Parts: sequence; C-alpha cells; structure tokens
Amino acid sequence: MGNKQTIFTPEQLDAYQDCTFFTRKEILRLFYRYRDLAPQLVPLDYTDKPDVTLPYELIGSMPELKDNPFRQRIAEVFSEDGDGNMTLDDFLDMFSVLSEMAPRDLKAYYAFKIYDFNNDDYICKSDLEKTVNKLTRNELTPEEVSLVCEKVIYEADADNDGKLSLEDFQHMIIRAPDFL
Amino acid sequence: KDKEEDESKEEDSCSQQNRASRRKNYQRKNSDGKKAGEEGSQQRERGKKAPTKDQKELENKESKTNKKGKEGENKQKTDRKNSTSSASSNSSDEESLSEEELAMLMEQVEQKKKLISAMRNKPWRMVKKLSVLREAQAFVEKFEGALGKGKGKKLYAYKMMMAKKWVKFKRDFDNFKTQCIPWEMKIKEVESHFGSSVASYFIFLRWMYGVNLVLFGLIFGLVIIPEVLMGMPYGSMPRKTVPRAEQATAMDFSVLWDFEGYIKYSALFYGYYNNQRTIGWLKYRLPMAYFMVGVSVFGYSLMVVIRSMARNANESTADGDDDNFIFSWKMFTSWDYLIGNPETADNKFASITTSFKESIVDEQESNKDENIHLRRFLRVLANVLIICCLCGSGYLIYFVVKRSQTFSKMQNVGWYERNEVEIVMSLLGMFCPPLFETIAALENYHPRIGLKWQLGRIFALFLGNLYTFLLALMDDVNEKLAEEDVVKNITRWTLLGHHNSSAGNGSAITPPPLDPADVPRGPCWETTVGIEFVRLTVSDILVTYITILVGDFIRACFVRFVNYCWCWDLEAGFPSYAEFDISGNVLGLVFNQGMIWMGSFYAPGLVGINVLRLLTSMYFQCWAVMSSNVPHERVFKASKSNNFYMGLLLLILFLSLLPVAYTIMSLPPSFDCGPFSGKKRMYEVIQETIELDFPLFVAKIFSYVANPGLIIPAILLMVLAIYYLNAVSEAYQRANAELKKKMQMQREEEKNKRNNKASTNPMLQDLEDLLTPSTKNESHPKQAEDKKIESPNKTSPVGKQGKAAALDGSPMTGGRGAAFTPPPHVFVTQPPTLGVWSPYPGQPRPRGRPVGPVPGRGRGQPRY
Repeated sequence: MGNKQTIFTPEQLDAYQDCTFFTRKEILRLFYRYRDLAPQLVPLDYTDKPDVTLPYELIGSMPELKDNPFRQRIAEVFSEDGDGNMTLDDFLDMFSVLSEMAPRDLKAYYAFKIYDFNNDDYICKSDLEKTVNKLTRNELTPEEVSLVCEKVIYEADADNDGKLSLEDFQHMIIRAPDFL
Repeated sequence: KDKEEDESKEEDSCSQQNRASRRKNYQRKNSDGKKAGEEGSQQRERGKKAPTKDQKELENKESKTNKKGKEGENKQKTDRKNSTSSASSNSSDEESLSEEELAMLMEQVEQKKKLISAMRNKPWRMVKKLSVLREAQAFVEKFEGALGKGKGKKLYAYKMMMAKKWVKFKRDFDNFKTQCIPWEMKIKEVESHFGSSVASYFIFLRWMYGVNLVLFGLIFGLVIIPEVLMGMPYGSMPRKTVPRAEQATAMDFSVLWDFEGYIKYSALFYGYYNNQRTIGWLKYRLPMAYFMVGVSVFGYSLMVVIRSMARNANESTADGDDDNFIFSWKMFTSWDYLIGNPETADNKFASITTSFKESIVDEQESNKDENIHLRRFLRVLANVLIICCLCGSGYLIYFVVKRSQTFSKMQNVGWYERNEVEIVMSLLGMFCPPLFETIAALENYHPRIGLKWQLGRIFALFLGNLYTFLLALMDDVNEKLAEEDVVKNITRWTLLGHHNSSAGNGSAITPPPLDPADVPRGPCWETTVGIEFVRLTVSDILVTYITILVGDFIRACFVRFVNYCWCWDLEAGFPSYAEFDISGNVLGLVFNQGMIWMGSFYAPGLVGINVLRLLTSMYFQCWAVMSSNVPHERVFKASKSNNFYMGLLLLILFLSLLPVAYTIMSLPPSFDCGPFSGKKRMYEVIQETIELDFPLFVAKIFSYVANPGLIIPAILLMVLAIYYLNAVSEAYQRANAELKKKMQMQREEEKNKRNNKASTNPMLQDLEDLLTPSTKNESHPKQAEDKKIESPNKTSPVGKQGKAAALDGSPMTGGRGAAFTPPPHVFVTQPPTLGVWSPYPGQPRPRGRPVGPVPGRGRGQPRY
C-alpha cells in the first residue's frame, strides 16, 4: 500500500474515480500499463502532475490496440493534440470510454468521432470508404467499396443530406445488437 | 446506473429548456427589470457569503448557464405563485429574495452534485473533467454548509456529511466487489485471444460456479454438517453401517470407485440419514430441513435463472430483428474491440471481408430464386439427416439399456457389461456433435445462428439420452420397490426371531442387541438413484477432461513437434490444431447441471463434487484453451445477452424438476433408510411438522389452503393472468411494429420530398453558412442545434436560443454553454418522429418532457 499512495494523492484518485468508470485498483493498474510503455519517461510520482506525453508509436504498440485497424484514429480522437500523443489523462479517458461499464450513448458519441476521419462532424462517403478499407484490408474492389458505402448512406441517412450526422449515427447504432 | 444517467440527461435538457424559456421571457417583457433583479441578487449573495472574488468568478463562469436556467425556473415559479400579473413579478422578486436566493443556492448545490455524479458520462477531455469536477466539488463544499438556518442548518450539515460518508462507503464497497469477482483477468486474456464468444462460455462457467457455491452452502450448512455433528454416529444403526457381507471389501479402491462400500454408507447419500424427528441438543429437525433444502435448491435455481434472464432481456434493447441497417451495422460494429491477438485479428479481417462480400452478393441477387431453392433444399436435407441421427442414437441407448437389464440379472459380468450404458452414452456425446457440425455445414447459416441450431440439436440428443436413462432407472426403482416388500417382512421376522430367541432362553437379562451390520436391509432405491447420478457425473468429468487432454493437448503437441519431420505441413494441413468447441462445452455444462439438480436430492454430496469440478475445469480449460487451441476461422462476437444459454438452462432445470417431483410426490420412501423412512410419502414430513409444532389454527389454515377447491381457482387465476399479460405484451409488440412501419414510411416520404426540392431553401442555407464559422470550434452540440432549425419542432426555440447564446455571449460563456449542453444524446438530437418511440417497452423511461418548469425536483422545492 505504501508505494501505491505516492503515485497519486487520495484526492487525485477520487477525482479519477469520479471521472472514469474505473475503481482505484484499475486506475493504478492502468497507470502501470502506461508507465510500462516508457519507464524512462514516466515518473512514478504523479502527485505534482508532471507534463508527460507519450508518442503515438508507443500507444499504438499496446497489445490492446496493436491489431485494431482503427488504432491510429482512436489515439487521435482521445489525445489532447489530435496527433495520437497521449498524456496519462488522455490514456485513462480512452480506456474509460472503451471499458464495458461505459454507457452506450457515450460510446456511440466516441465511435462517431472515431469513424469521422476528416473531423468535419459528419461521416461522409470518404470516411466510409476509409472505414471499409481498414476493416477489410483493401481486399474489396473499389466498386464493391462504393456500393457498400452507398448502401450504408441509404440505410442510415435519415435526413437525406448524403452524409451521416451524429444523430443519424446514434439512431442507427444504438439498436445494433453487436454494439458494445 | 441507467436511471442516474437518464436523470442527468433529463436534467440537462430541462435546464436547457429553462434557459430557452428564460430567454423568451427576456424578449417578451421587462427584461431590464429582471436583469437588474438578477444582478442585485448576485450582489447580495456576494455580500452575504463573502467569498473571495476570483473564486466567485470561477463559479460564475462555470455555472453561468445552469444558474441562469435555475433563475428562469424560479422566476416562473414565483410567477405562478403570485399569479396576479406578470408585471408584479418584479416586486415579488424583491420581497422574497432571501428565501428565493437560498432555494436557488440549494438548487445549485444539487445541480453540482448531479454534475459530479454524472461526470463520467460526459464526453469531455480528462483535463476539463478534472477541472470542472474540482470546481463543482469546491462549490458544493463551500455552500452546502451554509444552507438551511437555525436548527435545520445543523441537521442539513449532518445529512450532507452522512451522504458524503455514504458515497465513500459505496465506492469502497464497489471497489471491494470488483476485487471479489474471480478470474476476471483470466477471462479477459482468453477474450483477447479468442474473441468474445469463447469468453462468453467462461463467463457462463463462472456464473454457474457462483450458483453452485450457493447450493453447496445450502446443502452443506443445513443438512450434511448438522447430520455429521449432531446425528447418530456411524455404526450405531443398521442404515449407518456397512452390512456384514460387504465389510471385507468395503475399503477396496475398486469398490470405493463405484461409490459402494463405506462411501455408500456415508452422509453423502440419502440412505445415511435417520428419520428421528429432532437431533442433538439444538432439537434440529433434520428430516424437515432435508425436505426444505431439497425444495429450496430448486426454488433458488429457478429464481436465479429467471432473474438473470429478465436482466439480460432488459439489457438487450433490440434483438436486431430490424433489417434496415444491414450494411451500416456490418460496417460500424463488426470489429470486435476486444481482440488483441494477431492471428485472431487476421481471421477477423477475413471474416469481415467475406461477410461484406456475401451481403453484396445477396443484395445483388436478391431477386434470383435458384440459390434460395438450393439452400432450402440443403437445409431440409440437413434436418432430415440430423433427425435420423437422433432417432438412431435414441434407439441405441434403448437397446443398450434393455441389454443392461438382462446383464444385471446375470452373475459375474465383466467391467464392460456393467458400464456399457455409461460408455455408450459418453461415446454418443463425443461423436454426435462433430457429426452434426459436419451436417450443419450444408446449411450455411451465419455462425451465430448456426451455433444456436447446433446447440439445439445437441440438446435434443442429450435430452433423449438422459430421459432414456431415467426411464431405465425408473424400471430399476420399481423393481427395488417390489423387492423391498419382501425384505421388509424378512427384517421384521429376523428382529422378532431375535427377540423371541433371547426371550425363549428365559433369562431376565435383556438380550445382547443384534449387531447393526447383521440386520437384513431393503435395497434403498433412493441411494441407488443417488449413486447412479454421482457415477454419471464423475464419468462425465473424466470423459471431458480426457477429451480435452487427448483431443486438444496431445494433438497440439503432436502437430507442433512432429511437424519438423513430417511429409506435409501438419499445422496448416490435416490434423491442425483444435478449435474451442463452444456449443459442446456449453451443453456439457448445462447437462451436468441438470444432473446435479436431479441427483442432489438423493445424494447431497453431489453438489460438492460439482463445485470441485467447476473449479478445476475453470483452470484446466483456461489453460487448455490458451495452450492448445486456435481461434475460430470465422470469429464472431457473442451478442451481449446470452439468454440462449439461460433458456437452455431453464429448460433443463424444469425437466430435471419433473422426475424429482414425481418421486417425492408419488413413490413411497424406503422403510429402513433415509430421513423419511416410515412415512407413506416424503412430503408427509411437512404435514407432520405442521401438526406437531404449530398451533392448531395454522394446521387448519393449511388444510383449507391445500383444499382442491381453493387450488384449482388459484391455478385458473394464474392462467388467466398469464393470458392477460401475454395479450398485453402482444398488443405492445404490434403497436411497436406499427410505429416502426410508420417511421419508415415517414422517412421515405421525407426523402422523396427532399429529393424533389433539393437545396431549395436558400435562406436556411445562408443562415447555416453564417453560423458555421462561429460554431465550428464548438463541436457537435451546436451543429446539432443548427440542424434543429430545419425541422419544425417544438424544441426549435432551444436551438435558436442556444445559438443566440453562442453568438452574443462572451466566448467564455459560449464555451461553457457548449459544455453544458448535453452531448447530443436524445432530446435535442432526435428528429421529431423519434419522440414517439419512448414510451414503449425497451426504452426505460419517456425522455421527452414538456417545456416548462420541472415539478417537484430537488430538495429546495418545498420552500416555495
């Protein structure tokens, strides 16, 4: 217990527990995971809030993200600067949203951001194409890809503006049986 | 938790509405006067509490929007209260200021608390969350003590303190609870390697372990331990002693392995228990306890299974019966975010690609019928083949059971003859599922649906086997019952003869009592049944473990090491590694549990064996999966609700309840063994207890209640209630479907309309263009509100006002405003048609609220 207390003050831990879906132990475990990515960079003492940022190359190499086709996008969405470089806060944020306790609304919101590759607050056709290509590793022909994208827009676009807004997306995804 | 969430959402939307209505007020009437009042109130507040200036500013900045919303609400409330005229509201404000202020403050504190509790649901950056949290906490800290006056103040402070303590305690307790969940890491690890479908099996296993642990506690705590501690010791009476003839071999391993000898005459089995009404100095009513535990094992299991089914049903908002979004769902939800293993990821990529291709093909060829005919034919063929298999296996078992009955009459039969039934059943269980799987390949279902079919078929197979076994057992029991009558007479005569012979000697001394080992016994069919179940369970365990060891581990070792010196590639070619067989394992588990439920009444120790089995198989199977299995070729996700497993479990629970209930209600218990010996039926123990231990009127009430005249109407009533509820739910479903259709139609209509006059609304276009730059950096909520303008809708003022706020307010206020608009969850963002959805089952609560003040929320309310 002794050395655990020196990483965060109890207040910090409480605050983190209020802000995430994690328990104290999980927060500490996540901290160690974070630290293990770059032990020489991350100090063991977070009581004075050191300003440490890990580059995307390290974050993306975590086993949880390594095989995910959207890892870069995820890191970008959750990082402060938008380039995938993460502070501990961003890191906790990311895992909090991805954890199974997070409500579906929150997940849908972030999922929308993840799939919105060009950050224009709409999922447009180019975003969809990118998504399909990432999911299938470019194994579909361009015609097939565009067919799929058209289908998706046809299905989910409720206001018929040719792109998916957040509300379209939520409306569609909240009911998906597979959406965790 | 969901509730909280909803509440916070509502809260947010309400405050928004209030803000809107406030703005309206401003525009409509004396805005100046009100502003002055507001200013004044703030100043007074400052003077009264005297916080440091910058702190106050922080709070103002932070909570501006909310506070204003509250004020608007307050204004409205006072308006209503006075109800004289809107012009007089100014003066009334002045008069009731201090009270109102207090209430307002209270509202704010409440608001902050809500904010704190909902913090984790906000889609903000952590830094912002932290800072907002800190501010909110500071605010609450600062002002909550100041609320209330005089006596109320202390009470309020105390309440607050207790509330804080309670929150802390709850949090600690939650921490503790999550630490108590066993094997979390193990399951997560499996999940990351094999996807969530394999993990769902382990989660099911863990749940089963929990249930069995409770059953174990019940049986051991209330039956076995009292009997061992307070009952008569071993050897004191015939039923607790090994008969003379068996004593020589009673300790041999081969005998013990068959659960004969000393194990048969131990507290693990029904026959050991005595029919004495009370035992020990506690006057513990053991027969009664035995009966009640037997009933409550079933009661508890039923309750747990149904409860978890209901919870699962609540959780899954939709069953995906909607086929509107095939492609969208495929695109956005097909990736399993839990995969963390390159091989699984490869398989997943491949399966996603194929599924995309499949649905493209389906889409393109949805008009062609040949394919469908072929598929239909194949599916029918597959079902015919499988039914043939089932019939064949049923006949085989019937045949074997018949044969074993002739074997049992013969003397000195070999090991194979004795265990033929078990062996055949195990072999069938081992070879039929792969056969079914091969046949199922014809059908070409989606793997998730395929899994269900597969499970259903194996279930039918096992069920057939089990019931054939039970019928054979019943025959056995009936034979034993006939035999018992004979033995009963012999026993009586023996005892009588013993007495007579000793009396005949003419000596006054009492004769030496007959040694309990020498008393002739009845066959005690209950113990026989118990032994059968225990044997079956144990052989099942062994078969499972050996299958895993040989089929998975040895095979994996062989493939791995012999591959170096083999003429073809073993890893990619024929034997390859095994996949984890989800359906077989789940069914094995379910059937094993059915066995436990059936057997536990006649062999109380069976649950203990099962607990051990589940514990070891958790570790063993985790190890086997990680060491020697490969991920499925078509990885698929388990849907969140595994109600299918639960449904199977419920069915097997019901089916295992039947034979037990039958034996309890309609077979006479053995005369010389078990807690119910000497009674005509087992349930008489309850009547006896009621008659002897309860006052007379209870017995009377009981006899009235047990009257058929009362029971039949009660059953009728229940049936009617079920019918009614069923009809209601059907009506709801129909309404739901209707609405769905309506929505679809509306959507189509909208689309057509839009298509006709595409981009014909230049004014709106202009407006949007104007607004986009100013709202660009404020992310979604604003955008969503912008869109709102387009839809003629009662919430449109919100959108306008929100935008107005963004435009005219200082950038700070604007930013905060954006922060406090909820992440466009439900209210603001849904198109008007969606509002209709809410009051239907599946949606927890109606989300839309009429515009206006919120009645009766928060602690401050009664002060008005």
